[in-house]
Formats: sequence, C-alpha cells, structure tokens
Amino acid sequence: MENEKHHIVPYRVYAIVLLVLVVLTFLSIAITDIELGSYTVVGALLLASIKSSLVLTYFMHLKFDQPYIRIMVGFVLAVFIAVVIVTFFDYSFR
Amino acid sequence: MSQVIQHDEHYDPEGSKIGMWLFIFSELLLFGGLFIIYSVYRYLNHDAFHMAAGELNLTVGALNTLILLVSSMTIAMSTTALQKKQKGTAILLLEITFILAIIFLINKYFEWGVKFDHGIFPGSEYMKEEMSQGEVLFFGLYFVMTGLHALHIVAGLVIMGFALARVHKGTVHAGRPTLLENAGLYWHLVDLIWIFLFPLFYLIT
Amino acid sequence: MQASSKTPNDVSYLEYQGKHKGLWKWILSTDHKRIGLLYLYSMMTLFLVGVTLGLAMKFELIAPGKTIMEAKDYNAVFTVHGVIMIFMIVIPGLPAVFGNFMLPIMIGAKDVAFPKLNLLSWWVYIAGAILVISSVLFGDGSPDTGWTFYAPYSFKTGSNMLPAIFGAFVLGFSSILTGLNFIVTIHRMRAPGMTWTKMPLFPWTLYGTAWIQLLATPVVGITLVLVALERIFGIGVFDPALGGDPILYQHLFWIYSHPAVYVMILPAMGAISEIIPTFSQKHIFGYKAIVASTLAIAFVGYFVWGHHMFTSGMSGTAQYTFSILTFLVAIPSAIKVFNWISTMYKGSINLQTPFYWAAGFIFVFMIGGLSGLVVGALATNVYLHDTAFVVAHFHFIVFGGVGFSFFGAIHYWFPKMFGRMYDATWANIGWLIFTTGFLALYSPMFYLGMQGMPRRYYDYLEEFHAANILSTLGSWVMTLGLIIILINLFRSAKSGPIAPKDPWKGKTLEWTVPSPPPLENFDQIPEYHEKDGPYEYQ
Repeated sequence: MENEKHHIVPYRVYAIVLLVLVVLTFLSIAITDIELGSYTVVGALLLASIKSSLVLTYFMHLKFDQPYIRIMVGFVLAVFIAVVIVTFFDYSFR
Repeated sequence: MSQVIQHDEHYDPEGSKIGMWLFIFSELLLFGGLFIIYSVYRYLNHDAFHMAAGELNLTVGALNTLILLVSSMTIAMSTTALQKKQKGTAILLLEITFILAIIFLINKYFEWGVKFDHGIFPGSEYMKEEMSQGEVLFFGLYFVMTGLHALHIVAGLVIMGFALARVHKGTVHAGRPTLLENAGLYWHLVDLIWIFLFPLFYLIT
Repeated sequence: MQASSKTPNDVSYLEYQGKHKGLWKWILSTDHKRIGLLYLYSMMTLFLVGVTLGLAMKFELIAPGKTIMEAKDYNAVFTVHGVIMIFMIVIPGLPAVFGNFMLPIMIGAKDVAFPKLNLLSWWVYIAGAILVISSVLFGDGSPDTGWTFYAPYSFKTGSNMLPAIFGAFVLGFSSILTGLNFIVTIHRMRAPGMTWTKMPLFPWTLYGTAWIQLLATPVVGITLVLVALERIFGIGVFDPALGGDPILYQHLFWIYSHPAVYVMILPAMGAISEIIPTFSQKHIFGYKAIVASTLAIAFVGYFVWGHHMFTSGMSGTAQYTFSILTFLVAIPSAIKVFNWISTMYKGSINLQTPFYWAAGFIFVFMIGGLSGLVVGALATNVYLHDTAFVVAHFHFIVFGGVGFSFFGAIHYWFPKMFGRMYDATWANIGWLIFTTGFLALYSPMFYLGMQGMPRRYYDYLEEFHAANILSTLGSWVMTLGLIIILINLFRSAKSGPIAPKDPWKGKTLEWTVPSPPPLENFDQIPEYHEKDGPYEYQ
C-alpha cells in the first residue's frame, strides 16, 4: 500500500473556519429579515450550501484527502440533486 | 488440539475512512428522502409553510446552530491534538464536544416541550382542528426531521463515548487515530444536516 | 508434520475448528465463506416458504371462484410471497451468497474489509426475516397490502403491518452494510497488480450493485419509517386526509425499489459473465463494454422509477420523461447480451450444467427484457398496467433472470464451495424440467394479461380458465424440477466425488486455490503482472 501520510491540520485553520461559519449563520438570519420574496429561501439555501462545503472541505478533511473521496462525494450529491429534479418533473407540471 | 488462529489484524486507516464515508453517504440519502418530501410539500403548500415556520423559536434554533458549529470545531481540533501527541488536550476537546451535544439535546427537549404544551404534536386534535393541512404537514416533517436528527446526535454521543474511552486507554493514539477521526466525520455529518434543517424550518418565515 | 506447526491453511474452511463448537462455529464465524453459506442456507429455507406460497396462489387460480382460500387470504399470501421473495431472496441473493463467498477470492484477498461487520449483516438479515415472519404468525391478520406497502392503505388496513414494515427496514440495513463492505473491499484489497480493468466481471457487477444498495436503500428505509409513524402517530405525511400525497409515497418507494431491480439483476449478469467465458474457453468479448454497461445500468437505473406509476396520475411531462429514460436502460442490457453471444461465437463450448443455466438465462432474460419495453412504453402500459402481463414480465426478469443465474452460479461454484462434484445427469434433467415448468407457468400470463386479466385477484372470468390451468400445471412441473435440483445438490454436498481444484478449466483466481478453499484462501497473495488478465484463454 502506498504511503498515505497524515496531514495535521493546525488549530488556527479550524478556528478561522468556525468564525466564517458563524458569520454566515448570522448573515443568513439577517437576510430573512429583508423582504426579498421568494429569493429569501434561495439566499438561505445558498448560504447553507457555502457553509456545508466549508464543513466538508476543512472539518471533514476533503481538502487533504485523496481526490477519489471528493469524486465520490460529488457523485453522491449529483445523484441526489438529479433525483430531486426528476421528482419535480412530476410536481411542477401537474 | 484447537487451532485458534488470529487473523493477523488488518489495520487499514484509509479503508476505515472510506467505510465511514460510505456510511455517511447512506445517512445523507436517508435524510435526502425527507428533504425530497419537504421540498415537494413546501412547493405545494408554500404559504402554509411560511405561516407555520413563524411558530418556531428562531433564538433556540440559532443557538443550537452555534452549539453544533462550535462542537464540530472542537472535535476536529481533538484529532489535531491527538496527532500532535497532546493526549490531555485531545480528551478535553472531546469532552467539550460531548457536553455541547448534550446541551443541544436539552435545548431540543425544551423546544419540543413548548410545542407539546401548545398542543402541537403529531396526531393532536388541536392541529387537526385549528391548522391548515399545509401547517400539519410542516409540523409533521418538523418533528420527524428534527427527531431523526436528534437520534443521530445520540448515536454521535455513543460513538464519541467509545472514542473517548479508547483515547483514555491509549488504544487510539497518534499512530492509530482512525476511530477518533471517524467519530469526527460522523459528528460533522450531524452538523452538516443541521446546516440545512435550520434555514428550512426556522428561516422561511 | 507436527501438530503445533499447523498453519490455518492446512485445513479447508469447512473443517476448520475455531474457538466455537457445533452450530456456534458457523453462526459466530467471521469467515466470508462461512457467512456466504449461512446466507445460502437461510435463503434456501425462506425460498421454500416463498415457493410454497406461490404454489398456493397458483392452486387457487386453477379454477375461477374460491378454490382453497378466501380473497383476504389470497391478499395475505401474495403480500408475504412478495415480501419474502423480493426483500429476502432476490435483492440480497447473489451478492450475499456468492458475493460473500467469491468476491475476496476472485480479487485475491483473505477476507472482506470488515469481517465482523459482515457477520453483523447476516444477523441483521435474520432479525429482519424473523420480524417479517412474525407479522404473519402474530397479531390480527397477515399483511395484505402487496409487497409495495402502498399508502394510504398500508396505514389504514387493520392487518399486522408494523412488523412487516420494520422487517423490510431492517433487511435494508443489512443490505447497506453488505454494500459498504464490498465497496471498501474492492477499493482496498485487490491483489497487487490487479488494476480496475483486470478485475473479473462478477466483482465489477458487485461494485455497481453495492453503490445502489448504499444510495437507494436509505430512501425506502425512511419511507417505510414514515409509513410506520403514520400508522402510530398520524403525522400526515402520506395521508390525503391530512394533506399528504400518496403519490409521493409511490415516488419514494420506487426511487429505491426500481434501482433494487438492478441490485438483483446486475450480479446475476455478473455471474453469467463468469460462466460463459469459462464454458466457451474464450476471452470474454468486449470486457470494457460489459463494465461500462454495468455502470451505465446502475446509474441510469436511478432515474426510471416513474415507469411503475404511469397510471397514478402524475404529470404528463414526468410520464414521457420516465418512459424515455426507461428505454435508455435497454441499451446497456442489450450490449451485454450481444457480448455474451459473441463470446460463445467460435469458442470451444463445453456443454455442462452451468452453461445450460446461462443459456437459459439469456433466453428468459431476453423475453423479460423485451416485454419490459412493452410495459415501459406509455401507450401500452396504460393498457397492461396491473394485469397478469406485468406479473409475467417481472417474473421472467426477477425469477427467470436472477433465479436462472443463481442456479447457474451454484452449479458453477458448487465444486469450489463444497469440494465435491454433483451428478451432472440429474442436474441437467433438473434444469430441463425446471425450465419447461417455468415457461409453462409464466408464458400464459402474457396472454392472460393482454386479454385483460388483472393481477392480485383470487378470482377470474371463465374465459381465462384454460390458460390458468396451463399456468398452474407449469408451477407443478417447475417445483418438480426444483426438488430434483435441490436433492441432487444436497446429496452431492455430502457424498459426491471429490472435486479437483479447477474442474471447468476456469481462469479467474478462485480456480487457483484448493476446493474447498483453506481458511485464509491463499497461502500467498497472488500477484497480477502486466500480461495477466481475468480471462486469458488460449
């Protein structure tokens, strides 16, 4: 088996990521107070996606892992999103 | 004679990590099914969902979000500490995560308790009489999704408990941190799901 | 040789005495080969239960009106038949039995990646099976919803649904754990030098299957939990009286259950892809095309679930989207058939029992697949939906496809698994009778469906009588064939002639180890070199 050396992530990186996550959380609460109509949800979901990609990349070490785990994660998310879209072929055209 | 043999213990950290990721994938799809249901019913009952979301306590929701985010950081740092051979720090960080998880559950308990007091729980007469169908669906999903999420917190606590014991004993150490790393991965999954649950239930008013 | 210097590989896995005695040394064993046999025995037992229920249904249908049971009993019988056959036999079937037994050997590993988890999967499987069976034995009435548990009836009916629903959920959990184990095994434990493109095809199909198990099963898991919660608390999610949408239940159910068809058929195709090159003594034709079509089937299979719902009232856009996607799946399936036939072309064909089963597989799979296009097309589907035609179609695929492949696989790997040969003459006779009975049993249902006979009724009009008699007779003939096959295998496992290492002159790795394999499969982990491949025949 090839040498898979372990990357030690410094504490500082985690602290910065947490800071960004907290800011994004407050941001998402703040934008719901602004009247944006249906864009409110889009905005909140967009921020949630950014937050989750931060968690995936740093907390879950995807950045430091071998690329195939990233590919798997991307594949799974793609399958899920495609399933949602195909489901809405029904509901949005009824 | 008995020929008891030990399978030479096969330690493959990369393999265990993939295993954990695969398990996480199936967990994601478990919640994925619920997210599909949520999105369909929200699409069909747009206004009722907005009305119903107003009933939820944004402060508690935001507080729980912060708790999970911080706990995610502490468990991630715990691995770093272990790899730097700072066993005491690793244990301390893990214990903080553990306590934060319990605080999350306590918050959830009171949050649900308030809903129950208002007559909002699955199958309640109050809901059937006073609420529109969309609102009933919203709260049905609210209880199922946050309930399932809370179950995952409990599972996370169990895994953390194991990791904690093994770090104490010294069988999880800088050379073999896999169990702790996997506990972390699982815990981040719990966080990840909450990152979506929070806006979908609390922020769509 | 001194006793103390005995290595574990001096004895076969069948004779090995571990820590435990008697039955315990089997049901607590983490050896993938023993777990494979555990699955084999438990599945055979459940299969015989399912067959008995099927025979009871066919006997009821020998004449119009009540023959041996009331309508309600008939509903219970087809439900339990479906739940047992789908969730306990055909979905886990080939992966759990032959996947467990052969996958590590075929890729040159000592065991799967997580042997304890593997044993746990079997225990979870047994727990699920017991839960489902308990729904029949206790409570007020067996489940009567059909294996699909359609809402809202599944939470309105007074029958004993909860154990069946939880049982199906638990069985799904077992399936997820097996899939997880196989993916990690294939990623991490292939023999040195065995690149992805040198891996035999059966492991490849297991890989595709495992991904479906992993990603689709949780969706039905949560759906079944919701049905149970609906029954207990009335959360409203699928209850139209509370605003829920029962059609959404169908969507979620089939998001799993259609890919589950590919969980069944892909390993079946994989086993056929092993048998055909061996008995043609020829390199498999279009190895890469078969691998690509396996992955294509697994992938496209996720997006065709709606073809089970053409008459449910979903939108027109969804209907033709699903119909088109369904037709796409036919392409990779046809590629595989083409490759199998081309492998046989100009090969030196060795007519043995496994080859007969493989040939039978191709034949019934073609009929099943082409009739699938008939029900996959929108216009004809509306006409044939919920008729006996559909029953015939999926029995040709699920029982014809998976069943023929399963019997082919067991006749192919039997010498390796038990270290003994079976009686080829009786095996061939069994195959012939079984196939005859199979065709007589299910072919008339195509005709009956086109004439308009609906499925899931214990009664029918007089005009359907003749074809139904033929079908019932077929069920008896098929059962006779099945009995011959099973008795032959059981007797041979005990007292057949000792099998050589490589009775069929196969080239994959399982034929390089003794029959039956020793505890750790290989004395030395094999290595693949540049020129080596899984199917290097002269």
